[in-house]
Amino acid sequence: MTDNPGGWRPQRPEASERSVATWTGNRALMLEEPLSFEIGAFDRTGVDLEPADMGPEVRSSVPWEGAVDEVYYEVRDLMRRQPIGLPGLSEPEAVRHYTRLSRQNYAIDLGLFPLGSCTMKHNPRLNENVARMPGFADIHPLQPVDTVQGALELIDRLAGWLVALTGMHSVAMSPKAGAHGELCGLLAIRSALEARGDAREVILVPESAHGTNPATAAFAGYRVENIPATSRGRVDLGALKARLGPDVAAVMITNPNTCGLFEPEMTEISRAVHEAGGLVYCDGANFNAIVGRVRPGDLGIDAMHINLHKTFSTPHGGGGPGSGPVVFSEALTPFAPLPFVEKQDDHYVLVEEETAGEHHGSSFGRMVAFHGQMGMFTRALAYIMSHGADGLRQVAEDAVLNANYLLRQLDDVLDAPFGESGPCMHEALFSDRGFAGGLTTLDLAKGLIDEGYHPMTMYFPLVVHGAMLVEPTETESKAALDQFIGAMRSVAERAKAGDPTLRAAPVHAPRRRLDETQAARKPVLVWKNPDRAEAAE
Amino acid sequence: MRYLPLADTDRQDMLRAVGAASIDDLFVDVPEAARLGGKIEGLPDHIGEMAVERELAGLARKNLVAGEVPFFLGCGAYRHHIPASVDHLIQRGEFLTSYTPYQPEIAQGTLQVLFEFQTQVARLFGCDVANASMYDGSTACWEAIGMARRITRRGKAILSSGLHPHYVSVAKTMARFTGDEIEYATPELARESDAAALLDRIDGDTSCVVFQYPDILGRCDDMSELAARAREQGALLIGVVTEPVALGLLRSPGEMGADIVVGEGQSLGVGLQFGGPYVGLFACAERYVRQMPGRLVGMTSDAEGRRGFVLTLSTREQHIRREKATSNICTSSVLCALAFSMHLTMLGEKGLRQLAELNFDRALYAAERLSRLYRLRMINKAFFNEFTLSLNLREARPVVRELAARGILGGVSLGRLYPGERPLERGLVVAVTETATREDIDRLVDTLKELLDD
Repeated sequence: MTDNPGGWRPQRPEASERSVATWTGNRALMLEEPLSFEIGAFDRTGVDLEPADMGPEVRSSVPWEGAVDEVYYEVRDLMRRQPIGLPGLSEPEAVRHYTRLSRQNYAIDLGLFPLGSCTMKHNPRLNENVARMPGFADIHPLQPVDTVQGALELIDRLAGWLVALTGMHSVAMSPKAGAHGELCGLLAIRSALEARGDAREVILVPESAHGTNPATAAFAGYRVENIPATSRGRVDLGALKARLGPDVAAVMITNPNTCGLFEPEMTEISRAVHEAGGLVYCDGANFNAIVGRVRPGDLGIDAMHINLHKTFSTPHGGGGPGSGPVVFSEALTPFAPLPFVEKQDDHYVLVEEETAGEHHGSSFGRMVAFHGQMGMFTRALAYIMSHGADGLRQVAEDAVLNANYLLRQLDDVLDAPFGESGPCMHEALFSDRGFAGGLTTLDLAKGLIDEGYHPMTMYFPLVVHGAMLVEPTETESKAALDQFIGAMRSVAERAKAGDPTLRAAPVHAPRRRLDETQAARKPVLVWKNPDRAEAAE
Repeated sequence: MRYLPLADTDRQDMLRAVGAASIDDLFVDVPEAARLGGKIEGLPDHIGEMAVERELAGLARKNLVAGEVPFFLGCGAYRHHIPASVDHLIQRGEFLTSYTPYQPEIAQGTLQVLFEFQTQVARLFGCDVANASMYDGSTACWEAIGMARRITRRGKAILSSGLHPHYVSVAKTMARFTGDEIEYATPELARESDAAALLDRIDGDTSCVVFQYPDILGRCDDMSELAARAREQGALLIGVVTEPVALGLLRSPGEMGADIVVGEGQSLGVGLQFGGPYVGLFACAERYVRQMPGRLVGMTSDAEGRRGFVLTLSTREQHIRREKATSNICTSSVLCALAFSMHLTMLGEKGLRQLAELNFDRALYAAERLSRLYRLRMINKAFFNEFTLSLNLREARPVVRELAARGILGGVSLGRLYPGERPLERGLVVAVTETATREDIDRLVDTLKELLDD
């Protein structure tokens, strides 16, 4: 890699004067944008609606039946008498408002987004197109099933492929996101245990687990206990075995784990848990590392959620929507939630409360209205079709190769706490050891922002001091990785040299560091009009 | 493969750089017995972009598209027209392909729109504050029940019979595991909701009363008295709104005294999509904010004194509080929340009011024509854009199928939503939004007349 590809770094730094204030606060292409509540008006709208057929003038001339006339008068008593306080924007104003705001976001479309455990891979636009086909986007969840056979077939096909990829027995498609999938898995586990009259109350979770794991376990009515990790970043099998007993309902294990490492003793863990009468939940957030190379079903797990918005490329959208189907072992299948799709002869049926009675009486019930994230299913299916049986392995292999490449290109400048314990999977973990001058992982992260990157996951997993978890994904080229490595090395060296300017980073972002303490101390969660200005509009 | 930038030469160079002889060396931790080789079983080979389009278009064609026929389905999902700009704007890569805004300096776009969204939802629902979205209405409703339990330290939730039956199912499922007690009875085909009947059921053990407005049968009832009674007994009133467009015309649950108001935001900006993704709305009184589930965006300033927005009060959340969090939610439904906010901003006060009036007018017209048929009876005393018909002599379910066979999606039969509840099987819920034309309505009436031999 050249030090200054394309000559982007200034050759005459003395000519750059960056602190000139502008009257608008804008900085050329970086445009400031007020709130819609500050620029909108109550009488302005960006939508032209047809006139009502039955407006007040028409209404008085139509011979109404008594019942409907009465409805009108009943509803009139419920009508709003005060304005709501929703200013509108015309269409051009709205388009500009949101376009300007969008430019204040970092995104995968702009560059490498190495958030560990989040799998921020390229989001193919083909997937957006197919999800918007009216045959998928414009059908109602309660249409007669005869009129939605294509949608049910699509769900069934995706379900079958997820089962094939995981080597499991069945899949519940309705969970709305990863944490909802975890809940689904634990509720099935609890139902299965209760069905055999076995009330167990503890879930074991490794220290390095995602926060959603303990929160989910508590939501499902369990007590949470931690399992320690070994110095090699894996579950301590000895400690786990010592803790297993008649009160342990399940273990929740992330594999590959949140240190970016595969749990080599996973099969042994499953066996031990099963022997003690418990069940194994696997957090599938990191499935991208092993898709096509390892089937979780072969490791003895009983339930695992799959984040379609990670492994299967559906866009994260700034915080959802996601989709978290859960695959089940044969033992847990009878307890899976409603609804699901079944093929009967040439016909697809939706098994809901009504039809569940005969064959699926043990189902733990419904977790959500309707049938799950259809819009995400369509996208995920298009993604799988595009890679196919012959290509999906390459996804995992390139994701793992990219992460190992990053690990080895950075482990001389950053401390890699588990670097000695062999290759990593899809993400590389570093600590803040060696940072000087009181600089922290946060400072390094903010320095990366100035370099044009979204920072890695910070301070997670908790088992490593000042953790930095870097997941490049398979959709980055070697050149993109090399440039990121250059930026990361540069910022890391500044952190180790105690460079005080790093504490001021970022200086080139739309905002400097934001005061989160102020935000939390006196929360301002909604806009309040400062004076009567809005009313006067 | 077009999504994978590494060339074989890159792979060789990189393997050398990491000291691995082959890619298999990087998977050494996988137990030997679990390693797969070769092609994946059970999946077809990959196909190109054009072939994917062709194949999925084939599946799409097997569905009857709502927009191509007279369409009258509601019951928690409504077909409204979405301005073209909304879909274009949410497809900007900076919105579409960003993550939860953990790094606020480079996420002000999403954060500011979410702050606007929170403000819009709070005002629409008549509450002090709102969060940055939940998965959907049904899960928001359950989370509200859990929140009421934490606030009141009581475990009995009373659900109105007018609550969407799927929302009831979700609450019942969850209550089995949390130990909450749920009081609920299926609705009757009556002119009025059970608001009055619920008054006497609220007691000192009640954590909350959950009341939907307009309800599953389309009925609209004032919940002010419920709010007052709940307050007397130290319980909370949770208002549920599955059709937010109604609040362009009708007073909000918050205005009527609800402590928490939740809802389904799909009506604005999101589209039907066979049931998901949708967006849960969640608002409440300010005093309960620290018990709220989900993400919250707050206003603050940066080091230069510029206004900015951040995720805040995260000590409620799973990534900080772990098993003591107010919810396990992480990814919610932000992109749908942005679409909701964009649609509502384009409507504005004036547009929302017009849209709501147009819905009400179209529904009145449909109700007026339908209620002249002899073999059915309109149930509602009041409605917004959805009402329930009781067929005198027939179950509604086969009628809905026969309508579909004639190219009309004529409503939701209550038999589908309440299996095994015989008195409800004659119920047909008809939703009429601005997307139904007068001709569509006339065709529904004429066909129904024929089918019922009216």
